Amino acid sequence: MSFEMFLQHCFNALTLGSLYALIAIGYTMVYGILRLINFAHGDILMVGAYFIFFGTFAFGWPWGVAAIISIAAAGVLGVLIDRVAYRPLRDAPRISALISAIAMSFFIESVAVVVFTGQPRPVLQPEWLTNAWQIGNLRITHLAAFVPGMTIVLVCILLYIVYKTRPGLAMRAISKDIETTRLLGVRVDNIIALTFGLGSALAAAAGIMWALRYPQVHPYMGVMPGLKAFIAAVFGGIGSIEGAVLGGLALGFVEIMAVAFMPELSGYRDAFAFLLLVLVLLVKPTGLLGERMEEKI
Amino acid sequence: MRLTRNTCLSIAAILLFGIALWQCESFLGDYQIYIAKLIFINIILALSLNLIYGFTGLFSLGHAGFIAVGAYISALCILPPAQKEMMWILEPIIWPVSDLFTPFWVSVLAGGVFAGVFAFFIAVPVLKLGDDYLGMATLAFAEIIRVLIVNATPVTNGSLGIKGIPNHATLIVCYAWAIFTLIFLARLVYSNFGNVLRCIRDNEIAASVMGINVFHYKVLSFCIGAFFAGIGGGLLGSHLSTIDPKMFNFLLTFNVLMFVVAGGLGSLTGSILGATVITILLEWLRAIEEPMNLGFVELPGIPGMRMVVFSVVLLAIILKRREGIMGTREITWNRIFAFFKRGRA
Repeated sequence: MSFEMFLQHCFNALTLGSLYALIAIGYTMVYGILRLINFAHGDILMVGAYFIFFGTFAFGWPWGVAAIISIAAAGVLGVLIDRVAYRPLRDAPRISALISAIAMSFFIESVAVVVFTGQPRPVLQPEWLTNAWQIGNLRITHLAAFVPGMTIVLVCILLYIVYKTRPGLAMRAISKDIETTRLLGVRVDNIIALTFGLGSALAAAAGIMWALRYPQVHPYMGVMPGLKAFIAAVFGGIGSIEGAVLGGLALGFVEIMAVAFMPELSGYRDAFAFLLLVLVLLVKPTGLLGERMEEKI
Repeated sequence: MRLTRNTCLSIAAILLFGIALWQCESFLGDYQIYIAKLIFINIILALSLNLIYGFTGLFSLGHAGFIAVGAYISALCILPPAQKEMMWILEPIIWPVSDLFTPFWVSVLAGGVFAGVFAFFIAVPVLKLGDDYLGMATLAFAEIIRVLIVNATPVTNGSLGIKGIPNHATLIVCYAWAIFTLIFLARLVYSNFGNVLRCIRDNEIAASVMGINVFHYKVLSFCIGAFFAGIGGGLLGSHLSTIDPKMFNFLLTFNVLMFVVAGGLGSLTGSILGATVITILLEWLRAIEEPMNLGFVELPGIPGMRMVVFSVVLLAIILKRREGIMGTREITWNRIFAFFKRGRA
C-alpha cells in the first residue's frame, strides 16, 4: 500500500471515528448516570438525519438553520423519551429499563417507517462539502475535514458544560452517587433530562453528518452506528466522556484499517466491532479509561 | 414418576388436545394452520429463552443466533442433495454438507445439538459477565454468527439464503416438539436443578456461598436453552420453507424476549400464554395495514402500522405491568380446581 493510500484511509478512519465518538458520548453519559444502555440512542441519530433532510429538501431552509433546528428537536425528543419510557422505571430492576429502551427503539423505528416510508432517500450534498483538496494523489473532501473539526468543537462545548458549569457538576455528582446528590437538593430528574437532551443533540449532529457522508437516509440507518458506538463507549471505558471519544476514534481506525490491509476480509467488516466488544469485555471490562465499578450486593 | 391425579390429567389433556388438533387439520384453512404452527414454534422459542433469562437470570440477547444455527443445520440436513447442487450458484457446496440427507426428526435434533455446542463455546467466556454486559456480549455473538453465515457461502449459500426447504413441520409435529420442550423444561425447572437455577437468579453470591458451582449451572442452563432454541429454529426453517441471514437479526430476539416478558419471567405457562397471545396479536394486527371500509368512510391502509401498535403494547406492558401476565406463577391443576371450588362456594 502506498503512503498516499494509507493517508487516505487515515482520513476516512478519522471521519468515521469522530462520528462514532459523537454517538458514543450519548451512551456513555446516560450509562454513567443511570447504568442504562439507551437502545433508542441510535434511532435519535436517524430522526436527526430525517429532520435535516426534510428541513433542507422539503422546506428549503438553509443548511445551518436546518441543522440547528434538527439538533434542538432531537434534544427535545431525547428528553421526551426519558420522560415516557425511563423515568417511570427508575426504581425498577435495571433490566426492565433496558427492555423498555429496546421497545422504545423499535417504536421510533416503526413510526419512522410509517411516517417517512421505508424507502431510502438520497440526501443532496451541498457543494461546499463535496469539493476537495488535491495533494498529489491524495484527495481530501471538505467533508473529511469538516466532520472531525465539527466533532472537536462539539466535544469542547460538552466538556465545558460538564466540567465548568453547575448543571455539569450536578451531572458528575449524580454519576458518583445519585441518592446523596438528591439529598443535597439537586433536582435529579431535571439533570437526567438535561443529560438525555445533550446526548441526543450530539447524536443528531452525528446523524446529520452521517447523512451527508453516506448520502442517504432510511428508518434503520441508526441501528448499526448505534450498536457500534455503544461498543466504542465500552471500549473507551463506559461512563467517561474522554473514553468515549477515544473509543470512537479507535473503532473507526480498526474498521477502516482492517479492511484496508486485509481486503479479503471485507465481508466480515461488521463483525470486527462485535469481536472487539467481546475481547474488551473479556480482557478489561472497564475499558481504556473507565473506573472500576463496584458490584452492588 | 408417580401417576398422581395431576399427572394423569396432564397426560389426558395433552392427548385430547393432540387428537383435537389432528382432527382439526383436515378442515382448518391453510392460514389458520400456518398461525397454529407458528404459535407452537414460538412457544418453544419462548420456553427456551425463559429457562435462560426467566429462571437463571442470564440476560441473553443472542437467541436469534442460536435459532439461526438450528435453522441452517436442520435445513441442510433435509434438503435433497440434488436440490442443493442446483441452489448454490455463488460457490459450489462443499462435500460433507452436500451429501447430507437425514429424516426430519434427526435434522431438528442436530440443529438443537449444534446450537447447544455453539452456546457452550460462547458461554464459557461470556457468562462471567453480568446483567446488561452479558446482554451486549451475547448480542455481539449473535451478530457475529450472522456475519459468519453470510460469508460461509460454500455451506450456507451466503446472503441468498436457502429456499424450498421441504415442509415436514406439520401441525402435529410442531405440537409434539412443543409438548416435548414443555415437559422437559417443566421436569427440569421444578426439580432440584431448577431450585439451584432460581437460587442463582435471586442471589448469585448466596448461591456460591451455599457451595453451588454457579458457573457450571449457568453454562448448563444456557446450553439447554440454546438447544431448544435450535430445535425451534429447525422447525421454523421447515415451516417457512425459506431462510436467509437477514431473518435472524435482532428483531427476532426481540420478539422472543417479548413473548417471555409479556407472559411472565420465570413462568412456563406464562411463556405459553405470552407466545400465543402475541403471535395472534401480530397476525391480527395485519388487518390495520390493509384498507378498511367502515361504510361511510374508507380508511387507507398504513404500511408498517403493525409494528407501531406492537411496540406501544410492549412499552405499556413493561411500564404498567412489569411482571407480565403470570408473573412467576404457573397455571397448575391445583390452581384450576381451587378456582372452580371458590366459584362454587
